[in-house]
Amino acid sequence: MPLSNEQLRHVAHLARLHIEQPRLDSLGGELDAILGMVDALRAADTADVTPMAHPLAMPQRGRDDIVTEEDQRDRFQALAPEAVDGLYRVPRVIE
Amino acid sequence: MHSRSLAALAESLRAREFSSRELTEHFLARIDAHDGGLNSYVTVTPERALAQADAADARLAKGEAGPLTGIPLAHKDLFCTQGVRTSCGSRMLDNFVAPYDAHIVELLDAAGMVTLGKVNMDEFAMGSSTETSFYGPTKNPWDTARVPGGSSGGSVAAVAAGLAPAATATDTGGSIRQPAALTGLTGIKPTYGRVSRYGMVAFASSLDQAGVVAHSAADAALVLQGMAGFDPRDSTCAEREVEDYAVALDQPMAGLRIGLPAEYFAEGLDDGVREAVMSAAREYEKLGATLVDIQLPNSPLSVPTYYVVAPAEASSNLSRYDGVRYGYRCADPENLEDLYKRSRGEGFGKEVQRRILIGTYVLSHGYYDAYYLQAQKVRHLIAEDFERVFADVDLILGPTTQGTAFALGEKADDPVTMYLNDVYTIAANLAGLPALSMPCGFVDGLPAGAQLIGRHFDEGRLLAAAHAYQQVTDWHVRFPEAFA
Repeated sequence: MPLSNEQLRHVAHLARLHIEQPRLDSLGGELDAILGMVDALRAADTADVTPMAHPLAMPQRGRDDIVTEEDQRDRFQALAPEAVDGLYRVPRVIE
Repeated sequence: MHSRSLAALAESLRAREFSSRELTEHFLARIDAHDGGLNSYVTVTPERALAQADAADARLAKGEAGPLTGIPLAHKDLFCTQGVRTSCGSRMLDNFVAPYDAHIVELLDAAGMVTLGKVNMDEFAMGSSTETSFYGPTKNPWDTARVPGGSSGGSVAAVAAGLAPAATATDTGGSIRQPAALTGLTGIKPTYGRVSRYGMVAFASSLDQAGVVAHSAADAALVLQGMAGFDPRDSTCAEREVEDYAVALDQPMAGLRIGLPAEYFAEGLDDGVREAVMSAAREYEKLGATLVDIQLPNSPLSVPTYYVVAPAEASSNLSRYDGVRYGYRCADPENLEDLYKRSRGEGFGKEVQRRILIGTYVLSHGYYDAYYLQAQKVRHLIAEDFERVFADVDLILGPTTQGTAFALGEKADDPVTMYLNDVYTIAANLAGLPALSMPCGFVDGLPAGAQLIGRHFDEGRLLAAAHAYQQVTDWHVRFPEAFA
């Protein structure tokens, strides 16, 4: 079933992507084509198959609960589009 | 100097035939002279390279050099390099200078390799042609009207044109092997977990693996030896000793059982590529291997599976680009949501947005079971196909791609056709298996690649098989005339 304009807008919102309407119009067809190709999966018989989340059968490694990261706030904030007094600056959230 | 093997370069450096500085200057001059028409480099770092070359020369003088000391290479622009921009081929990271080095960058730096610069790629490694890069497409040195493949198109173009002796690359669905095939190079994607992903910008975390492209299997083996190994900072990195690949190279082919999957030679494969791959198969027979017909019945489902799993993981991984902590931020945001949405809408290119949307959709309420869960189950079936086959054969041989390099722009507006490029390569990523592409001939003047797939952690055997083939053929030493 093709994606409706409304569905597309909803998914774009979930993905936090601003997409202009003209692009949205052509995107619908492109995503439909991809999902159409992906639909081949439905025919596979997976009744008794367990999902595979990871390519290697290995246990998750644990480590001791000790601090290994040093404080690098200043270095990291130097990369930020806007940082002031050790804080990341964004538009006002609470009016 | 640019057509010699890494081992020959290392020998010349040790014999003082030339210094690492001279070698580095040679490659920097070639980049200056030839890269304008190729666009393989995003950033060239001459000062840093020469400083590393001088340090390598000092090590060589003291007799403290290893097999890679003083040899230049290029890094795909998604490995973090402290102090040098890591763009990932994206406007989103156009201004991003990583505050730390990737694990493989640390290792190769420590081995004394000289970084010439960072090379172009499809944006966030999403693509098969290097046309989705924010920095424009990279051209194929064999025919500059054609794509070099992707996503590691900058890596292969630089190496194929002699603008670097070797380059690092990554492979999520074929991004090392497909471009290697289209440019006449040897490229290896190791087993998932063999090389640390620390400091490698994430695309699809259960599939991404770093590797190398070079002219020959012997060259690739040397660099891979320098990159592979356990790193506790990547929780999926294998805690397992690394084989000595140089020793492994000399394994005999006699007695090996090599499987030819029927599905990889079915409809869609170019006749010229088929003939080139079959001639490689016959070489293996001459070397004493036995060819076995095998079947991987679920392989037609690998592309659909991948285009659920990879975008799903990508949509999650790329949610970190929020315009707040680093990377691109839109101008004059009205509010926080507008900041997120426009920064991402303006910072990501079309293909990345497409994949984020697909990923978000297949993970969203009401669709998760039908798409994502089903894809994970089919992924299991695909992995089981290999498990069954590897009980009987030691290696799998087939084509890397369906055809040779296609024209720039030919598939750029048709995502599904572009995705089908990776029909033979994706399954190895889904199953986490090591795989390699090696040049096996030419079709109408363009290189064709043969793919070898091995058991988990069997990189040594893969490299040995490619090496054995390269001892009796000379495809891997061919050089595009325009760059000789």
